[in-house]
Amino acid sequence: MKVTQVRCGYLPLVDCAPLIIAKELTFAAQEGLDLDLHKQPSWSALRDMLAFGQVDFGHMLSPMPVAMSLGLGSAAFRVDALMILSVNGTVIGVSQDLNAKMRALGWDNSFEHPQTTSQTVFRASTDVVRIGVPFPFSMHRMLVETWLQNCPSFSHSRIKIVTVPPPQMAQAVKSGLIDMFCVGEPWGSVAVQQADATLILPGSQIWQFVPEKVLGVRHIWAEQNKDICHALVRAIYKAAHWLDQPENTQLAVEILAKSQHLDLATDMIEPALTRWIVTGSGQTAKQVDRFMNFHNGAANFPWRSQAMWIANKIVSWHDLDLTASHEIARKCFRSDIYRSALTPIGADLPSASEKIEGAMSVPTAVASTMGEMILGPDRFFNGAVFDFGEDVQLKI
Amino acid sequence: MHPKIREDSDVASGLWYPRNVEEDLKILVVEPDQAKVREIIDALNNSGWHDVTVIGSTEALERHLARRDPDMILIDLANPDRDTLEHMSLLSNAHARPVAMFVDHSDAAMTQAAISAGVSAYVVNGLQMDRIKPVIETAIARFQLIKKMQSELSAAKQALSDRKTIDRAKGLLMVARNIPEDEAYNLLRKTAMGQGRKVSDVAAALVTASDLLQ
Repeated sequence: MKVTQVRCGYLPLVDCAPLIIAKELTFAAQEGLDLDLHKQPSWSALRDMLAFGQVDFGHMLSPMPVAMSLGLGSAAFRVDALMILSVNGTVIGVSQDLNAKMRALGWDNSFEHPQTTSQTVFRASTDVVRIGVPFPFSMHRMLVETWLQNCPSFSHSRIKIVTVPPPQMAQAVKSGLIDMFCVGEPWGSVAVQQADATLILPGSQIWQFVPEKVLGVRHIWAEQNKDICHALVRAIYKAAHWLDQPENTQLAVEILAKSQHLDLATDMIEPALTRWIVTGSGQTAKQVDRFMNFHNGAANFPWRSQAMWIANKIVSWHDLDLTASHEIARKCFRSDIYRSALTPIGADLPSASEKIEGAMSVPTAVASTMGEMILGPDRFFNGAVFDFGEDVQLKI
Repeated sequence: MHPKIREDSDVASGLWYPRNVEEDLKILVVEPDQAKVREIIDALNNSGWHDVTVIGSTEALERHLARRDPDMILIDLANPDRDTLEHMSLLSNAHARPVAMFVDHSDAAMTQAAISAGVSAYVVNGLQMDRIKPVIETAIARFQLIKKMQSELSAAKQALSDRKTIDRAKGLLMVARNIPEDEAYNLLRKTAMGQGRKVSDVAAALVTASDLLQ
């Protein structure tokens, strides 16, 4: 078989696991691909590398392709998302100081209950709450804002969102530059260990099924290289399936720790993959259902409605036309390419390419190409439901 | 235009350069490495740009954006602080502050040169390309030079550390097997050739194993 070299940029986070597994366990090689992984120092650098053709694919924050396709930020090239690489996997944490103030109000950290927690955050903070996120166009920022804006005590002047590179998050909390953060693993666990931070919520408590990272590719390149796109989607789909089998978790931790790609210690990779999270120093680990998912519940399917939810948030920041932005966003989540990649190998796929976001409070059977498949839950903490099918309205 | 406020810390560190020419572009360089900073400032000064401010990290960036109102920001492509800069550029008013922009998308050759040199530029929206281009070209040339110097320096350091390891390994073999130095080196070389590895790798393995056994 002819071997094609493909270059993929990534950031060293636990959720780039599907790419590393696709390479190390030869899922990519079986598809005729020599998957060349290029570590990047920042999301801006990754975006530039992708936009200017230094890499063909990128492990990206799910809002990045939408923002780029909407012409926002530097290097605003049209970029598509071929599949979701991971669902959930972020944590929200607070500084030692804010944690102490929250505790003084009688709050008990259950790592649940977003509404009580946000009320306590605002009651405990007299000043502006400074919140660190990894990138302006990140699900981290979207989740934090969705959560806090729902609190009766919220006003825009009460929070300040700042961008802090994840490896610097612990230091930023420790030195008092930020009071709160939302970050992907391992950097939440690192903040607990190094900065005495307390993790107060997993991202999945805000939204149970968050499209976190995606496989990004330039739109034009994807149109010209459909076969390569199909092959890589298949390889990553198989890697993600492998990762979500509980019996493979320990081996996955070993492979990720030993591979040259992550440069993270085993105990930093373990929490996210085993879903046992230590929320503060001296605390016993808590098991969090669906903390980080790679495959189950059609996790890899790029729902066009997810892209439209992302567009909602971006439009609220940048004063863009909502209808036009929805149209651009839904086109950049390429469920069409995903289907043509996986149909030939008999993968079970959802019949629809859009769903009502937030409608499933329990695992739910839906129509699929093979009959039925189980999706969800995908509930928002406040019960919000987003149905983009009927004139894009918001129902609460 | 914002008033120009000279900061004592800037003067003390010698990194504040007065604006000489009315049309001079105000350039802000974000770079933590002092040696690199000197190189970049020299290159810009030599080419006629004198209004150059340098900050080590983006912690002070917001303040500098407000006070100095730079026309252009130069930052290493690999600097992790770029994401913070990106965010600030998005927040700022497009007419008053720098807007995030890579180099001009239409100039593919310069874009490629900038990427391979590792420099990224953020430029105020609406600034003419003929004013930006020479600055970026100067920066590209200097970044390339710095990169070359650094890779040569790290190659030299590597060679030095390899030699130290090989010396230690030779010493270990001389004591353990009671052989002279040249024989010890030949043994290392033979082993390396037999295993298809570098002499320094075999030496490092021997040194590590010996440290573990002590």
